[in-house]
Amino acid sequence: MAFQPTKQVYSGRIREVTLGQGDKAVTIGGKAAYPFHTFEAEAPRPPRVAMEIWDKDPSADWSEVAQAPFKDVLGDPAAWAKKCVDAYGAEILVVQTKSADPNAENRSAAEVAEVVTKVVNAVEVPVVVWGVANHDKDVEVMRLVAEKCAGRRLAVSPVEEGDYKQIGAACLGYKHIVVASSPIDVNLAKQLNILLGNLGVVTQDMIIDPTTGGLGYGLEYTYSVMERIMQAALTQEDEKLQQPIIANVGNEVWKSKEANLSAEDAPELGDPEKRGVLMESIAAVDLLLAGADVVVLRHPESVKLVKGFIEKMI
Amino acid sequence: MGLTGIQIFKLLPKTNCGECGVPTCLAFAMNLAGGKAELEKCPYVSEEAKEKLASESAPPIRPLTIGVGDYAVKVGGETVLFRHEKTFVNPPGLAAVVSTDEDEGSVGGKMDRFKACQYDRVGLKLRAEMFVVQDTSGDAAKFTALARKVSDGTGASLVLMSDKVDVLKDAASALKDKKPLLYAATAATADALGELAKEVACPLAVKGDGSLESVIALTEKLTAMGLKDLVIDTGSRELKKVFEEQVLIRRAALKDKFRPLGFPTIIMANEMADNLMAETLVAATFIAKYGAVIAMSDFQPHSLFPLFLERLNIYTDPQRPMTAEQGIYPINNPDENSPVMVTCNFSLTYFIVSGEIESSRVPSWLCVQDTEGLSVMTAWAAGKFSGESVGSFINKCGIKDKVKHKTIVIPGYAAGISGELEEELGGWTVTVGPREASQIPKFLKVWKAQ
Repeated sequence: MAFQPTKQVYSGRIREVTLGQGDKAVTIGGKAAYPFHTFEAEAPRPPRVAMEIWDKDPSADWSEVAQAPFKDVLGDPAAWAKKCVDAYGAEILVVQTKSADPNAENRSAAEVAEVVTKVVNAVEVPVVVWGVANHDKDVEVMRLVAEKCAGRRLAVSPVEEGDYKQIGAACLGYKHIVVASSPIDVNLAKQLNILLGNLGVVTQDMIIDPTTGGLGYGLEYTYSVMERIMQAALTQEDEKLQQPIIANVGNEVWKSKEANLSAEDAPELGDPEKRGVLMESIAAVDLLLAGADVVVLRHPESVKLVKGFIEKMI
Repeated sequence: MGLTGIQIFKLLPKTNCGECGVPTCLAFAMNLAGGKAELEKCPYVSEEAKEKLASESAPPIRPLTIGVGDYAVKVGGETVLFRHEKTFVNPPGLAAVVSTDEDEGSVGGKMDRFKACQYDRVGLKLRAEMFVVQDTSGDAAKFTALARKVSDGTGASLVLMSDKVDVLKDAASALKDKKPLLYAATAATADALGELAKEVACPLAVKGDGSLESVIALTEKLTAMGLKDLVIDTGSRELKKVFEEQVLIRRAALKDKFRPLGFPTIIMANEMADNLMAETLVAATFIAKYGAVIAMSDFQPHSLFPLFLERLNIYTDPQRPMTAEQGIYPINNPDENSPVMVTCNFSLTYFIVSGEIESSRVPSWLCVQDTEGLSVMTAWAAGKFSGESVGSFINKCGIKDKVKHKTIVIPGYAAGISGELEEELGGWTVTVGPREASQIPKFLKVWKAQ
């Protein structure tokens, strides 16, 4: 008798959310099975690879390896954004508003919003604007960004329990998408989605950021929270968790010491470029397997590798 | 998993003789169900009951060991599909393939890198454990010599790979004390290799034709021959298909207690991609999703190190946080005038704080207190990072002999303990540091002893 494998029974589906507008709009979510489990239920929208850029020259913070592919554009966010899309095939662009950080450069909200607007106008692909997780500053910046980019269906991140009312209202007013960000906890993720719902944010405008830990630096927490969200959303009818997930992978992985050590400082760790790229790509693969719909990456080689992985898995 | 106490009770003699050490058969059954007693304690249990109990209580995925000594790899024995449900217990063995038509320099390079790519992290050794020795020439003497050379030169556990029974037999007989995994029994060779594996008492891999049915036919046949330590290769080499099979195998073993698939699996990543970068991502996929032995074409530090980190992350017990050892950590060569900082021993806190201090390039002493793996805020809330506990640690750890000044920096989130800590430390000044580790470099650059 032929072997009959046990099928997982699914009772839920991740909702679809469309980022951006026009021909280059991207719809994510929609899966009715665990990640890449297309042998037992459908997943019409493959996961996407986004690329990050900074709104300021990152030379002081980035290793040689991470800078190299962008040497010619690091000082010009709009040109950098175009390069990610035209040369490296970014399907979604993430602008990290690092210049707004009150503990560093602390540029004014007006200046930050102007740079972000330039970036948004330079590309046709959807844009995610990622703040610095300082409530007061993010509220100031995102309000302006939301207004200046009205109707572009940006995704605004992170929207946290401490600032969801202000940033959520700005997104509602100017028709942007909210990235609900909670600190690696299923219940807190759910609670924030409920609060945003009460505020009037509809489910077509909501993405979950469960907070990303880097490879070797807490990745397993994010991995398991995503798997628990998948189980709750797909098999336990937890409607409040049926939103697509985004993971800010590159930003976390490239923070770690081991991703940045040069060949002189750590000969035992091998080629610095390949090491950094694999640290980033492995973290992305793990989070895609756990349930992420969008992974945000930094290095073009990682983008190529992870896209190749997704193509073989769908 | 296994039978309930009542189900076990039905299989016992029900005489309440008490010879097992507890007064009633029911109490004994309950202890058996809870894993607190062994069936041998009952002198009157029937053979039939013994057999039934043994087969019901056997782990759903056969645990077995490949190799001996330092690099022995324990595989199988997993009990969950998702790591948060309990924990993944036996991290997969990582292997590189060497073959009989490979030149000596290339083999030697892999052996050297096997030994060089070993890293310490939170008291653990990160390293690869295995080699796959592949016969590509059909020359038994050459194959055995290569296997011996790799084994003697590295101590690594071995997978002996040949499609010729005689060749495999030669090497297996010579190296049986090393308990290599013999690879692999197919429909054509199952009889001969089953006998060989029994004779040399080594684990045996089965290789299917790309279908689970073919694997089941092989494991059923070999089990009937009396073999227990089997490892599954389905024969598929397409990423998507292998992923599906790994999920179905784990699920069948755990959810349906389907014995013919209740064995650990081997993944030949080297046959699934054409360069090491892509192979590394294949390996990464199956570190997360259920591979027990994973072979790649080469060992390179840029590929192994990230895989080691991933394996560590995925196989961490989710109920028990990783911890750093309590003690004094000198960073950037500190001296008697360098700042002294204290934090908790949650491994993430330690990694991030020490990383920030390192990147500040300010020579510093970091004192790590045992908080049972709790982070600063949690430890403080639980009373494990109090003025008293931090004070007693700082007084005893010896840092007072290492510096001339009398100033200590505490984490911003533990600001509340500063008064009590000053009392404990007698004459020291407590400075409240930043709340977030990312602000440490800025803080250290302007730090001055009081």
